[in-house]
Amino acid sequence: MAGNVWVLAEHWRGRLSDLTFELLVLGRELAVGLESRLEAVLLGHGAKDLAGSLGAADSVLTVDHPSLAEPNPEAYCLALAALVEERKPRSLLVPLTNVSADVPSLLSARLRISLSNFCRDVRVVNGGLQARCLLYGGKMETTVAVPGSPAVLGILPGSRAGSEARVDRAPLIEEVEVALPSEGRVRFEKYIEPAAGDVDITQQHALVSVGRGIQTRDNIALAEELAEALGGVVSASRPVIDQGWLPLTRQVGKSGATVKPKLYLAAGISGAPEHVEGMKSADLIIAINTDPQAPIFTVAHYGIVGDVLDVLPALSEAVRARKGIHA
Amino acid sequence: MNTLVLMKMVPDIVEELEVGPDGKSLDLESLRLIVSERDDHALEQALLLKERRGGSVTTMAIESPDIDEILFTALAKGSDRAVKMVGAEPPLTTSEAAALLARVLPDVPNLMPVDLILTGCQAIDDLDGLLAPILAEQLRIPYLGVVTGVDAETGQGRATVFKEYAGGVRGEYAVSLPAVLGIQAAEKPPRYVPVAKVRSTMKSRTIDTVPAPPRDETSQLEILQMTKPEATGRAEMLEGSPEEVASKVADVLSARGLV
Amino acid sequence: MPDPGLSAYLGLPGWLLLWILAAVAFSLFGRRVVHIVRVLRRARPENRWEQIPRRLWYALTNVFGQKRLLEEPAIGVAHLLIFWAFVFFATSFFWNLLRGLFPFLPVPYADEVTWMALPMEVLGVLALVALLVAAARRYVFTPPSLERTRDATIVLCLIGLLLVTFLGGQGSRAMSGEHAGAWSPAGARLGRAFSGLGIEPASAAALYLGMWWAHMATVLGFLAYLPYSKHAHLLFAPFGVLFTSLRPGGMAPESEGAARLEDFTWRQLFNALSCAECGRCDRACPVHASGFALSPKELVHHFKELVAGALAVSAPAKPALPGSDPGGDAREKASFVGDVVRREEVWACTTCMACMARCPVFNEHIPLIIEMRRHFVSRGDMDVGVKDVLVNLGRYGNSFGKSARARAGWTAGLDFPIKDARKEPVEWLWIVGDYASYDPRVQGVTRAAARVFQRAGLDFGILYEGEQNAGNDARRLGEEGLFGLLREKNLKTLEKARFEKIVTTDPHTYHVVKHEYGGGNGSRELRGAEVLHVAEVLDLLLRSGRLSVESPVDATVTYHDPCYLGRYNGVYEPPRRVLRALGMRLVEMGRNRDEAYCCGAGGGRIWMEDVPGIRERPAENRIREAAGLRGVSTLVVSCPKDLVMFQDALKTTQLEGSLVVKDLVELVESAGAPVVRSDSYVHA
Repeated sequence: MAGNVWVLAEHWRGRLSDLTFELLVLGRELAVGLESRLEAVLLGHGAKDLAGSLGAADSVLTVDHPSLAEPNPEAYCLALAALVEERKPRSLLVPLTNVSADVPSLLSARLRISLSNFCRDVRVVNGGLQARCLLYGGKMETTVAVPGSPAVLGILPGSRAGSEARVDRAPLIEEVEVALPSEGRVRFEKYIEPAAGDVDITQQHALVSVGRGIQTRDNIALAEELAEALGGVVSASRPVIDQGWLPLTRQVGKSGATVKPKLYLAAGISGAPEHVEGMKSADLIIAINTDPQAPIFTVAHYGIVGDVLDVLPALSEAVRARKGIHA
Repeated sequence: MNTLVLMKMVPDIVEELEVGPDGKSLDLESLRLIVSERDDHALEQALLLKERRGGSVTTMAIESPDIDEILFTALAKGSDRAVKMVGAEPPLTTSEAAALLARVLPDVPNLMPVDLILTGCQAIDDLDGLLAPILAEQLRIPYLGVVTGVDAETGQGRATVFKEYAGGVRGEYAVSLPAVLGIQAAEKPPRYVPVAKVRSTMKSRTIDTVPAPPRDETSQLEILQMTKPEATGRAEMLEGSPEEVASKVADVLSARGLV
Repeated sequence: MPDPGLSAYLGLPGWLLLWILAAVAFSLFGRRVVHIVRVLRRARPENRWEQIPRRLWYALTNVFGQKRLLEEPAIGVAHLLIFWAFVFFATSFFWNLLRGLFPFLPVPYADEVTWMALPMEVLGVLALVALLVAAARRYVFTPPSLERTRDATIVLCLIGLLLVTFLGGQGSRAMSGEHAGAWSPAGARLGRAFSGLGIEPASAAALYLGMWWAHMATVLGFLAYLPYSKHAHLLFAPFGVLFTSLRPGGMAPESEGAARLEDFTWRQLFNALSCAECGRCDRACPVHASGFALSPKELVHHFKELVAGALAVSAPAKPALPGSDPGGDAREKASFVGDVVRREEVWACTTCMACMARCPVFNEHIPLIIEMRRHFVSRGDMDVGVKDVLVNLGRYGNSFGKSARARAGWTAGLDFPIKDARKEPVEWLWIVGDYASYDPRVQGVTRAAARVFQRAGLDFGILYEGEQNAGNDARRLGEEGLFGLLREKNLKTLEKARFEKIVTTDPHTYHVVKHEYGGGNGSRELRGAEVLHVAEVLDLLLRSGRLSVESPVDATVTYHDPCYLGRYNGVYEPPRRVLRALGMRLVEMGRNRDEAYCCGAGGGRIWMEDVPGIRERPAENRIREAAGLRGVSTLVVSCPKDLVMFQDALKTTQLEGSLVVKDLVELVESAGAPVVRSDSYVHA
């Protein structure tokens, strides 16, 4: 039997990431194609109860060690390296988020095994693995033949629908002992929370999100007006947050929040992959942009080619009229 | 606090990218190179550290078209030294570059040891891995990525490093030095250096060169083809004046019970 | 009347007393003037000696003719009277002084000369009235930016006193019967009044002496006080006018920026000496009116304090690297540029030149701003938005950060090809400009221009990706090196192109190519080609019949003069002729031609963050002005930045129903169909 397909079960602050479930779906496909088993690898400290959610895998290998309590690339790499060397899986799929994005590189360099980074899809072709990797800010896709075994693959969000992997089945759980140094060279101290007292955009049912197209800080008022009419709040893409026009807590995207509102209105947002990651699961996405080629239009359900400075006030007007509110 | 900054050029995605005649790589005609954005932040972070804590900054890169201007710009911004590795045959994948750098660093005169090696946490062409962690592994020194802040008191042997997580949360770490850090963003946006200053730096300063060691490893990945990604879907476009469009949107929202 | 020089006071002869007073006054005066001259000598050199005859003419019309002052008529006339009174009184004073100091001179005192009395009395009385008008204006009907300073009060009082004492002297002279009444009308009346008050003819002599000494003491006191007060403008302003900038849009000479006194040129520091604190610059400044930190008057005032040596400012030893700490020592004292003159003041300017156009003493505020911006830029100290734009300009040759290859993307909407001027010779080289090429809101106008040129049968071409931003805004932002780079690249492209004339649809491009590309080898690449703005070309085409108006537009419109076309280059009439040729009724806004109110985009401001706390943006102010004109449906512009700024302002002021903004070219297109008569091109 060929080596197994492993998925690194990524978790942070007590929750398994959505991306982990996408990887389990992908992993299952690959395992079927390779006629092998799907195993999830859970590294942590006191996180065993998360293993129960990983029933989409045939078994879960858990490692519990104090140095794995918080994300620590060195400790993760040491633990994984030990496991990989012992068990020799065929491939290891790693989620690419801020938590684990560097693990593939560390592992690949330590064990001198191949790494295929930025994968948006992986398939079994003639008994081997082929990955489609997204490069140059999403502008090019490279198809690679993944060599060697074990092989590490870094997987981007969006390759599969994670819902299929959220099963009730209890997986086989195996606790593995790994020797890790108690004092690592990289030591987690504490988390620093962003400024409190602002809204939680992940709890909103309507978001009016602004990007570069809003042009100035003052124009955000137009978005706020619409948000108010809709009963929601204003969020933003990274460029707006970087300018300091809105607090960090309003950021949607890879380094911000992942939101799933009923309505996501993208106003003047181009649709870079890092942003789309954070909002693509919204129920209804409406995008406004002056550029008809903007990538946001491939994610949105409805699109408007226009200037947000014209469209936002018109929308506020129409929504208020529809609701019977007079400004 | 002696810092080494590693920089590289990547394709500028403001330009239209095309697939080259071999179907596996970028068309060089339509290509323009730009310094990798995160590397610019790495340089800025190094300069901020130097201003705060003293010490020196060396900027290094592997030879490539237009890299000289980047190195002179680094000197103009305040880097004490610029070093270019020459003679490596292109193209180099990220892991190949990391391997060469790891082997050449001890041979750069008056460079090692450094306290910190800073480079961008990732680049748009990192198909076979990220430079920072691979280099760290090869040098056998600690590493942390997605870094948005660094500070270190001289002589302490460790740095306080801030890593960015989702939702605006940051993690504070203590990292023993020497270490490699993958920079996501510097504490301040990369500084501007006037054109006149870069030009006068080009006349008054030099870039040190160091020969590349022979390549022993090549990347294991086999590239089968390169294509432009297919559009996965398309929104239903609403046409008309802002008022007309707004009315259509209100209809849609209404139908879904959102207004 | 007795000879004041020979009368005795406290045992001292008058002439000795006069010597003492004069010595004190002149030494105080001299000490200050010497200090000022020393300061000017520490400054950088600047050549303002060329074209002497032209300079003399400026001085003549503006100093003696008081041309700019008359723009505000009431105070203009008043000041003219006070000025001419001063000319006479100063002459008379020095005459009297000489005669008093050297009593053996065989000449009479000035006020003993009969025919002098009449003009001096008439001027004296008129000047007193004018003084009252001035005082009423300053203290009762105070215009904005005119302050009730102690200095101003002292000056008004001193002038009043010297006039009153002179007239008093004339009155007492009349009491003793000297001078026929016809030659001394005021004197005669005053003399009678004095008699009426019970002053005996016998006391006339004593009264005369008292008045004489009071007058001389007042003037000597005034002389001593003069160079320490704003009234120094009396001395220095005529030279300021003489040494004005003769080049359009007077750019600051090449430098690495100014941080301390020694970095500025003598002419730049001279502004402080000429300034009379009248406030016209403030009243004209669009950003000052909006509530930005900049007050042109305050800016010049900072320089007054600097020149006076009144500021404790540090002199950094050597220029620091961008962002680096210059060290503890320099930090202890404030820096002139940065602490005294704050960043917000320096960056607020749109370089519209309204201040300089109104200043009666021809002060040059903008070079000061540019020098200071250069200093900040050299340290990388600027708004994030500006930083990004400068990086984009350097890298992509446009401020939008879009690929240079996309520059001619706007041509896709045309149904005919445009010649590539890099590859084939053209008669008209069209330099399109950034906003006209890349901004979707302006591209429609650019296409309209192409269609109009085509229909007029012009042989024209563009440079496609060879065109880079002309560099005007980079230069105005203080990035001289970047301006040089852009100019270099453009000239290199022009060198290979073959053309006879240059037309541009962008006033910023127009100004800099016409006036700031000629240095060094510039004229060679430009081949001495005329540089014209599209408004000028349209005017020529219409006048020559090469473009005719098939469907005249019956509309009432108003026209906004772009700063870089109007104030900077005096191109006011061609666009107006075009509008009239189209059949439109043109209603002028109150602030038109060289008083046009800037849209707020220039000087790089279009890329800068809004400042909190501003009352109203300049463009909003201007839109309201246009919308306030009765019957006017359209605001006509002739600059891409104006188009963008005013369209935005229409939205933010919610005046979209009252007014539309249209470019001149669009109107020509909709009204015209050409009749091509290729031999009737009219030369500019």
